Amino acid sequence: MPRIRDIAQVCKSKNAGPFHVTIDVLFEDPALYARVKATGVLNAALFARLYGVAEEDVQFSPYDAASAFKATLPRLVPAGDVGDTDVYGAQQHAPLLEVDIPLNDPAG
Amino acid sequence: MNEVRMLSTSGILGYGFSEEALRIGMAAAPHVIGADGGSTDPGPHYLGSGTGFCARLSVKRDLRLMLLAAMAARIPCIVGTAGGAGGEPHLQDTAALVREIAREEGLSFRMALIHAEQDAATLKAAVAAGRTTALAKLPTLDDATIDRAVRVVGMMGPEPIIRALDAGAQVILCGRSSDPAQWAAVAIRAGLPPAPSWYAGKMLECGAEPAVPKEPDCLLVTVRDDHVVCEPPNPIRRCTPLSVSNFALHENASPIRHVEPGGILDTADISIDAVTDRAVRVGGMRWTSSPTYTVKLEGVELNGYRTMTVCGTRDPVLIGQIDSYLAAHRDRVAARAAAIGVRAGGWRLAVRTYGRDGVMADWEPERDAGSPHELGFVLEVVAADQETANTVLAVARTSLLHADFPGRLCKEGNMAFPFSPSDIPLGPHYRFSIFHTMAVDDPCAPFPIEYEAV
Repeated sequence: MPRIRDIAQVCKSKNAGPFHVTIDVLFEDPALYARVKATGVLNAALFARLYGVAEEDVQFSPYDAASAFKATLPRLVPAGDVGDTDVYGAQQHAPLLEVDIPLNDPAG
Repeated sequence: MNEVRMLSTSGILGYGFSEEALRIGMAAAPHVIGADGGSTDPGPHYLGSGTGFCARLSVKRDLRLMLLAAMAARIPCIVGTAGGAGGEPHLQDTAALVREIAREEGLSFRMALIHAEQDAATLKAAVAAGRTTALAKLPTLDDATIDRAVRVVGMMGPEPIIRALDAGAQVILCGRSSDPAQWAAVAIRAGLPPAPSWYAGKMLECGAEPAVPKEPDCLLVTVRDDHVVCEPPNPIRRCTPLSVSNFALHENASPIRHVEPGGILDTADISIDAVTDRAVRVGGMRWTSSPTYTVKLEGVELNGYRTMTVCGTRDPVLIGQIDSYLAAHRDRVAARAAAIGVRAGGWRLAVRTYGRDGVMADWEPERDAGSPHELGFVLEVVAADQETANTVLAVARTSLLHADFPGRLCKEGNMAFPFSPSDIPLGPHYRFSIFHTMAVDDPCAPFPIEYEAV
């Protein structure tokens, strides 16, 4: 079963303002994007589980026009506040890389 | 066909661009040249301290080339969010650089400074009138929060920039501005519809970032009635549907609804198509004006003073019990700080453990996977004054270095410190405290414009 890191062309995170981090996964091939979308694996519940945040706090959008998925989460600590580990939010994407996408398993 | 061409030199003024890209870009006869000068992205410090996050000489290099190009072509040069955070000191520092370059190069022009700092009285009146709204689940704005703020900026839309262009300014330095506004202003003023004008701004706000290879450089965007075309002047770069799609998601909570002062840019149904192997056309964006014009406010307050240190351990016995060691360390620091008379609750200690969860903290799914051969630590103490922060940090550093633990063999010290002095006072620590919107009747009212013959 391929992982996101095996099939996506972009997987990245960044601040969306000082209080949110936004995580994007992009595919160059719209057909592959459509197949990934059809698996239903990428959704708000997945991000809630991966990052330990409440599902209602995850703003999840598939974005057909760009063959992309976006999820925006509240940061653990506002950017630059005491104990923040990532002021730009640019290194919060890694847990997504390992997510399996059951492309070859219709029962998946 | 009405068409506006706009040349953005770089993602941030001072990040640099190639002179060759600038030359080729100017050969396309753009109607404006510019760059975004800032962002909240580097954190609250810069808005609080009034300083920039780019080196002055880097900014001066970029500005000099841009001003020379603008004067030669007789087109406006616009800098958004001047000086990094767009407050008054940032705007004045950038203006001083422009004057300095003009003197050195023998340039003269009409310059506009558009101020964006908001005074407490204006903000309190907006609060009293019920015209402010919290973003990101912050508390409702109140007078106490306004009084505590060190600096508050409003984020301007295109209207004050259009006004400065109408007044004949050739160099326009904006205080805090919405990233696309400096570009939307030029296209809207030329009679193009808001939707492609704002979208062009979205593409131009970070220079060549919608191109590959993705490095700081120039981007040329052509705006027409129902679409924009992005093309990097530098022949080593290309815009592709993927590179443009990637950038279309940049730093926005939603890929579809982009809330801007005065309206919403809806990109749900855009089409992204290659025009050539280096140029991409984007069409199908929509703009809906909002019934109320809102200005985003950004403010920071002083949270105390900070000191930090960096160290690492290579001891497997310690690494095997690091959680209990750090828990005991926290208690030892509290006891020692109390013993030397530092008020309990008057300081905060944060320890980041690199090699374990230093990057993702509580979001790290693999913090207990395997046993690394070394761990790095960054210790931070924030207290009400610098001396207290220095004192508690020194206590924390000594304790981390010398405390005993079960099975300890490394009896001379538990940590490797790479520097002497080991403790680094970081000065004032600011935190974002205001992230609200303010409804206004006149989009230009919060942003007074000052003109100057340079």
